[in-house]
Formats: sequence, C-alpha cells, structure tokens
Amino acid sequence: MHIIENGNVAAALGVKLCRASVIAAYPITPQTPVTERLSEYVESGEMNAEYIPVESEHSALAVCIAASSAGARVFTATSANGLLYMHEQVQWAAGARLPIVMCVVNRAVGAPWNVWNDQQDSISQRDTGWIQMYCSDHQQIIDSVIKAYWLAEKVSVPIMVCYDGYILSHTYMPFDVPDQKKVDAFLPPFQPDYALNTEEPANLNTVTLPDVRIDVHGELAHGYMEIRYLLHEEMRTALAVAGDAEKRFAKIFGRGGDPYLEPYLCDDAEYVAVGLGSLTYQLRVSVDALRKEGIKVGVMGVRFYRPFPDVAIANALKGKKGVIVFEKALSYGYEGALVSDLKSALYEHLAGTGALPVVQNFIAGIGGREIHTHDLTQNLRAATQGRVAKDPVWIGLKL
Amino acid sequence: MNKEFIEIRWHGRGGQGAITAAKIVAGAAFVSGYPGVVMAPSFGTERRGAPVMTSLKISKEKIYDLSPIEKPDIIVVLDHLLLNEADITHGLKPGGIIVLNTPKAFESYSAENYRFATADVTAISVEAGLPHGMVNTGIIGVLARIIDFAGMDILIKGIEDEFRTRKPEKNSLAAKIAFERTVTGV
Amino acid sequence: MGTRNYRRKTSHSEHGPGDGGRTGSWRVERPVLNTSLCIPCKRKTEACFMCWLFCPEIVISRTIPPTVNLEYCKGCGICAEECPTKAITMVDEATFSDEDKE
Repeated sequence: MHIIENGNVAAALGVKLCRASVIAAYPITPQTPVTERLSEYVESGEMNAEYIPVESEHSALAVCIAASSAGARVFTATSANGLLYMHEQVQWAAGARLPIVMCVVNRAVGAPWNVWNDQQDSISQRDTGWIQMYCSDHQQIIDSVIKAYWLAEKVSVPIMVCYDGYILSHTYMPFDVPDQKKVDAFLPPFQPDYALNTEEPANLNTVTLPDVRIDVHGELAHGYMEIRYLLHEEMRTALAVAGDAEKRFAKIFGRGGDPYLEPYLCDDAEYVAVGLGSLTYQLRVSVDALRKEGIKVGVMGVRFYRPFPDVAIANALKGKKGVIVFEKALSYGYEGALVSDLKSALYEHLAGTGALPVVQNFIAGIGGREIHTHDLTQNLRAATQGRVAKDPVWIGLKL
Repeated sequence: MNKEFIEIRWHGRGGQGAITAAKIVAGAAFVSGYPGVVMAPSFGTERRGAPVMTSLKISKEKIYDLSPIEKPDIIVVLDHLLLNEADITHGLKPGGIIVLNTPKAFESYSAENYRFATADVTAISVEAGLPHGMVNTGIIGVLARIIDFAGMDILIKGIEDEFRTRKPEKNSLAAKIAFERTVTGV
Repeated sequence: MGTRNYRRKTSHSEHGPGDGGRTGSWRVERPVLNTSLCIPCKRKTEACFMCWLFCPEIVISRTIPPTVNLEYCKGCGICAEECPTKAITMVDEATFSDEDKE
C-alpha cells in the first residue's frame, strides 16, 4: 500500500512491521520523529513492545544490548553526537555479537554544532564491526530495516541502517508499506543461540584473556583474538548472506536487485560516479545532463559499506577510464573514507591487469552545505576531461 | 507551465501548516497520475512564527533530485506580510504564479513578470468555522483555481482525509469558499 | 574572506545584534507599552524594569520609558507576562501599517 510520508516514518513503520519488542532511544535532531512515532505505536497498542525512555544514547544502546542478550528483538536510532555518545556501546554490541538494528539518521558531528546532513557520524563508526547499509530513498529505508533484522539475526552482527538527515528523514515521498503477513513470512521470530535465562545462567563478555583457556566443562574456550577474528570472518561471509536476503526479499515482496550496488547507466560508461545514499540519486540528474552532451558517464550507489563489497565494486569498475567518488565525510588527515576503501579494492583486484581506473575524490555537503545539482554536474564533467586533482576537492567551499 | 514537471514553493510561518497543505496537494497529485512527488520542508531548527519554506515537486517520473527548488513555477504565500520579507519570489519563472492569502484587493498587486491568484483566506477560514489563522486548507482552494494537475474533488477528498479527526467539513468548506472567491489573472 | 587568524579556524561568535539575522521579521505580535501604567514612567525614576530584565533578547532599553528595538524583538510576550502592572500588551502585527513596519 503506497503512502506519502517522510523517511523517519518509513523507518518507524519498518520497525513496527518487524515486531521489535524492545525500543530504547534518546531523541536527537533529525532522528527524533522515529522514536516519537514508535512510542505512539506502543502507546496505542499497535506495537506489542516495551518502550524504555533513557537519559542518554549511551544508555539507549546499553539497554538494547541487555535486552538483545535476553532474546528480545530490539531497536534504537540516533544521529551524530548521539551516535558518538554511544560509541563505547557500539563497539560492545559488535563484540557481543548481538543482532541489534539501529537507524542512523546521518547528521554532521560537532564541533562546531550543526544539525544538518552529512555522513561523518556513521562513517566514523566504520571500523566497529557493525554492518552498514546506506539508503537512497524511503522505499530503501523501510525495506532495509526489514532486510537488516533478517540479516543481523542470521549472522549475529549488529546493523546500522543509515539515511540522510533532513534530505530523507524529513522529506515526504511515496513508498510502499509492505503487508504485515508478508513481513512475518520473510522474518520469523528471533531465535538466538543463547539468551540470558535463569535456567542456564552465564556471564557474557567478562574478562577474556589474550590466550585460550580451559572452561568449566573442560573444553578449550576462545581467547579475545579468536572472538574478534570470528566477528570479522562472519562479516565477510555476511556479504553472501546479504545476497540471500535480497533474493528472499525479492521473492516475497516482488522487488529487489543487486544487494551491494545500485548502478545507473554504468554498463557502457567510461566514467562512473560513486557515492552513498541520496547523493547518488541526485547525481543521476547530472549523469543525464552529461549523457546529453555525449559524455559516457554513469553513477553507482554503494548499498553496503561494511562489509565492503570489494569484489563487486572491482568487477563493476574494471576497465573504466575514471571513477569519481563523491562523499559527505572524510578521514581527516588523509582523504574521503569511501574513496580510500574503493581504491584499495581496485588495487587489490585490478593492479597489473591494465584495467585500473583513475580515481578522483570530491567532498560535498559537509555540515549540510547545499549541494547544487549544477555544481555536481560541472565537477563531474571536469573530472571526465582530465584528473582534476590528486587530493580531495571540496565542492562549494567559501574560504 | 510544463505539464510533466511542476515545482511549487510554499512560504508560511512555523506552525501555520504549510507542510500539511503541501502534503495534501502532493497526495492529490500522486493519485492523479504523478508518481513522482517530493515535498521537502526547510531544514533546521524550528520555531513557531518564523518564516518557513516548503518545496513541492510534482512529476510524471520518479524524482531523484531532492535539492531545493531553484526556479519554481508557482509560489504559495500563506501570509501576505511575508511578501515584505527577503525575496520570497526568488527564482520564480517568468510568467510564474503567486498564490496569495491577502486581505487586500487583487488589483493592488501587480508585477511585470508574474501573475497572481489572491483571496482573503484568513477571513474565509473564519467564515467556514475555523479558528483565526488556520489558513492551510483554504489556501489549497486558491491553488486549485490555477493548477490542472489535480482536480478540486481530489483535493477536497485529500483535505477531508488529512483532517478526518479535526473538523474535516469546515476545512474542506474553507477550501471550497476560497476556490470560488479567488481572483486571478491566470 | 578576511585575514587568517585563529578565529577563522574555529566557530566563534560574540553577543551583539544581528548574528541571528533580522529576527524582528519573525514577529506575529508586538509589545505595546501603556506609559500610564508603567512604574518608572509614573514615578519618573529608575524602578521596576522587569521588562528589561526578563527580555531574552535584550531588546528592551532600561530607559524612561522603556523602548523596544523592533529590529530584533521576536514578539515572545515575556515582557507582557512579567510586567507587574500589566502595562504591556501584545498586539497583532497586522494592525500596524506598512510604514510602521520596518
């Protein structure tokens, strides 16, 4: 059933359909309407869940960790400084292998204080061991929340579903709300391998030694390094499981495609623009304009940022003359985060093959600086005419 | 006006309901054969009374560009006093239409490049039984006079749906009266 | 844009009119003072000045009579609320003619 609503409502509806049973969140612009809407669903009885008001984001995720450890399907959401406040717990949730789904409504981080959109918040968490999905429109938001619960529970890795603050969270557009019965068919109830219970009491994540040890049953128990290795390994295999999620979703809901990438006019393109989230949709307008000028350009959205779909990306960009990465975040002191990972994937798979494209990096929209489509077009055109710069180029800077 | 792609910019004050009005029009367009609708309020900290702006894009194709409207076809102004403020008509296309809630006569407005559609929506809304200042449904009636991407009947249904728990008939009546009383050079 | 000094690298703002723009344009109502009820006006001496004290934007002057800087007054109504003699009333902006309006 199609409705016209904003991205935050899309996220809340996704969580409701997935029958999350514990929600603990702290409000922060531009995420607040998600948690407000969910609290309304719980209050009205539309959702059979516990809504736990907490005094901070650190506590929000702590509550989710505890509830998830006890076998509940949990949800939280945050942005920017809220995500940073819970960072310790973000690391914890991954190491604890809990299938928590969290929406990150992308917003710039302080200092200075800023409530508008960029992606520094979630990008800064890229090394934590969470799976990261980026959405380009409201349909992807609601669908990704549903896929995320299935995937997270399959691989026991928490997932951040990221979408652009304001640009998606507060903007209204039509999207289909899946039928509850179909969601129930796609996503069975949460069945953890172990959930805290009084019959089988256990200590979870206590001090774990550098080396392996003999446990109380006389068996060899993993040391810290093994536990952490297994998180990494399962994140890598999660790429294939994400493919399964996509196929399963398509079968039940009738829509789906490439699980990792969303290409537009890339097949015969000589130059491909790459990005995360709604920016890649805006770039389609630039691509259309440049195609009219005879420039063979395409744009590709990356849907999973972690685990990084290096093979898919290298295959998609093999033999292209140039790759132009547009980002709303960076790793300060070096370059954009996505461009670094992308160059690494291209080098790994294409070095020495003669099919290695030239890569360029544009930084845009930091702190919500408006991204004019004609600026994107201009810079993309320039990039197809020769390498603009070795270092990242900041679009729209007013020094 | 391009029938395939229409851009409408709404100007109101925080709390006046410009977003709700734009949402109703978006919904009406959507069911009238325009699968691409995007409605984006001005982003940022909010305060009752502060000028706010909403962009509404309507298209026969899915809309991929969510950036703010640069060259609107129509500007809807919920409060005529906003016309004195910085550059409300910024970017309005030549021949563009200003839909205006004003107590002043239609004849008191003229601009070389733009056309007007005016009504005293503030007074009309009170006449329809709404509290003073609730102009967001009446203004839809004025807009309805100059658009052809959605009919009045669909807009009325949209108003009554949106306001189903909040005086739906009074709100749709405001729109109907405003529709009749709109003066326009379009 | 300007010389490069430390403040260019940080987000640094100091108090003073205008950093938030012409906030007087936000007003839906403006405070109007009835001097016959105003304590400092009646006594012709420094007294009360609750309006000056409570105004969150410091747009009311500590003078006799107190005056309101309409460039920045947002019409919040706190002065009217706090005035002990109800000398201040909030009046709809629309009743003021275009020449009065800045």
